[in-house]
Amino acid sequence: MYLVKYTIKRLLMLIPVILGVTLILYFVLELSPSNPALQILGADASAEQIAALEHEMGLDQPIIVQYVRYILGVLRLDFGSSWVSGYDVLDTFMLRLPDTLMLAFTATLWAVALGIPIGIYAAVKQYGVFDYGSMVLTMLLFSMPSFWLAILCQILFCLVLHWLPATGVGSLRHFILPALVLGANTLASMIRMSRTSMLDVLRQDYIRTARAKGASKAAAIVHHAVGNSLVPVITQIGISFAGCIGGAVVTESIFTIPGLGSMLINAVKARDVPVVMGTVILVAIIVGVINLVVDLVCAKVDPRIDLAA
Amino acid sequence: MGKTENRPAERSSWQLIARRFSKNRLAMAGVALLALMLLAILLAPAYMPYDEMIKEDVFNRLQRPGEGGHLLGTDELGRDLLARVLYGGRISLLGGMATIAIAFAAGCLIGGAAGYFGGRLDTVLMRFIDMLMAIPPVLLAMAILTALGSGLVNLIISLAISQIPRFARVVRSAVLTLRGSEYIEAARCYGCSSMKIIVRHILPNGIGPIIVSATLTLGQIILSISSMGFLGLGVASPTPEWGTIISENMLNIRYYPYLGLVPGVCICLAVMAVNFIGDGLRDAFDPRTGN
Repeated sequence: MYLVKYTIKRLLMLIPVILGVTLILYFVLELSPSNPALQILGADASAEQIAALEHEMGLDQPIIVQYVRYILGVLRLDFGSSWVSGYDVLDTFMLRLPDTLMLAFTATLWAVALGIPIGIYAAVKQYGVFDYGSMVLTMLLFSMPSFWLAILCQILFCLVLHWLPATGVGSLRHFILPALVLGANTLASMIRMSRTSMLDVLRQDYIRTARAKGASKAAAIVHHAVGNSLVPVITQIGISFAGCIGGAVVTESIFTIPGLGSMLINAVKARDVPVVMGTVILVAIIVGVINLVVDLVCAKVDPRIDLAA
Repeated sequence: MGKTENRPAERSSWQLIARRFSKNRLAMAGVALLALMLLAILLAPAYMPYDEMIKEDVFNRLQRPGEGGHLLGTDELGRDLLARVLYGGRISLLGGMATIAIAFAAGCLIGGAAGYFGGRLDTVLMRFIDMLMAIPPVLLAMAILTALGSGLVNLIISLAISQIPRFARVVRSAVLTLRGSEYIEAARCYGCSSMKIIVRHILPNGIGPIIVSATLTLGQIILSISSMGFLGLGVASPTPEWGTIISENMLNIRYYPYLGLVPGVCICLAVMAVNFIGDGLRDAFDPRTGN
């Protein structure tokens, strides 16, 4: 029961965050010297036309009025419409969200499935060949720009080996390369985090106690160490998943996936304020929900974590 | 009197850190690599004049490395790749450092004030920081870029702002752990001003984690600058920048791989060097966490 209460409380706490995020973005974007009415109507619009459209959009009102109006719109799930295409921001967002979520999800999934066992094994065999190998791998993955890794993968798997399609969407095969590239960074942080956490746990007294009581090394690791080492790793999964949604901006544009990232880049280039604002707010909400899920899972895994506190 | 007694102890703690750092082979390799890159980049005008090497020359387009006096070959427009990579490094590396410097200064100011003065100021500043933290840094930077428009200076500003929350948090927690210590209380009893306590007593003792986080973030910023350049949101062509160079050469990379490999490897090496230094500093400042 208290879990439900806690969840509702956390969801309610998202509201001031969203108000604040909107406020910050609104005033930052307000600094923009661009003239939206001019942008929409084109360079040969007359001054009267511009003034009329500004009046229609409410741009002749004080900024505080505009902000309150925008917030009231957001509360009714009305994020306005694009200055460039005229399409509704929320509709476009929802249309493009599935591809991005799919990409971020598959990327996180393979990185977690591979990263945690590698990290744990590396910690168990600390200073062994495998450990050093995994450290070199994380080092490489951390320092490689994802767009560069994407190009290298495209050349190898698409142009040379002809195994996978280079760009576009349509089938699961289209997602393999982008997910591979997007998950690379997550893989590195998973390996590093689970290794560090496992090393930490292996030095604890209760592991020595378990060994002294006659548990085999494998039993001590599987029954006593792994579970205890997972909490920081799960937290990291949440951070990485949120990072993947941000990182998808780059991956999507290289693999021409029509998700949120490519939409956002075009909007930033065209200085399409409503689209940028709506996308950032909605992503902030998604990230907030992900963090909530992570905290709930952590509490489930580790009973010592008291959510009520 | 107090000073002469203090000095040896103070010096030796920094000396210990320096000694631990210099014993870390990876970290020293990082320092050497970064120093080498910075030297090559900063001294580039002396041995590789920009106007002579980077000019469009269609007769010498897409020369392979070594051909026609071009050590690393030329691109589609006949511009020398080595020269472009060297001048591009000025933006990628120095731009990254400038970003960190801005974020560091702002983070110290906000986090320091929040941690030291506490109370309502702390609440207000930290709620503000929490709100910024709710937005993934890439998206925050892109939103600010929308407002400011693209270009190098705007890119640096927007990336710096997107990193301020992190720094402010690290600084605040460093200040909070030190604020209650006896020697700070002693300094206050002596009549030190808040400013002097922060600058002379808190910062030198709490600077470790802040420097470590600055170094490790620098690697990410170098990656971000090149990614933004690659996406066309950062430095505009024809100004060379590592990410921009790669995106300009996208169509030719398959048949002229060096055009993509050289700038890519430069980014990797720079980030790796910075990360080695950051890891080394972390272990040097806090030997307990090292493994």
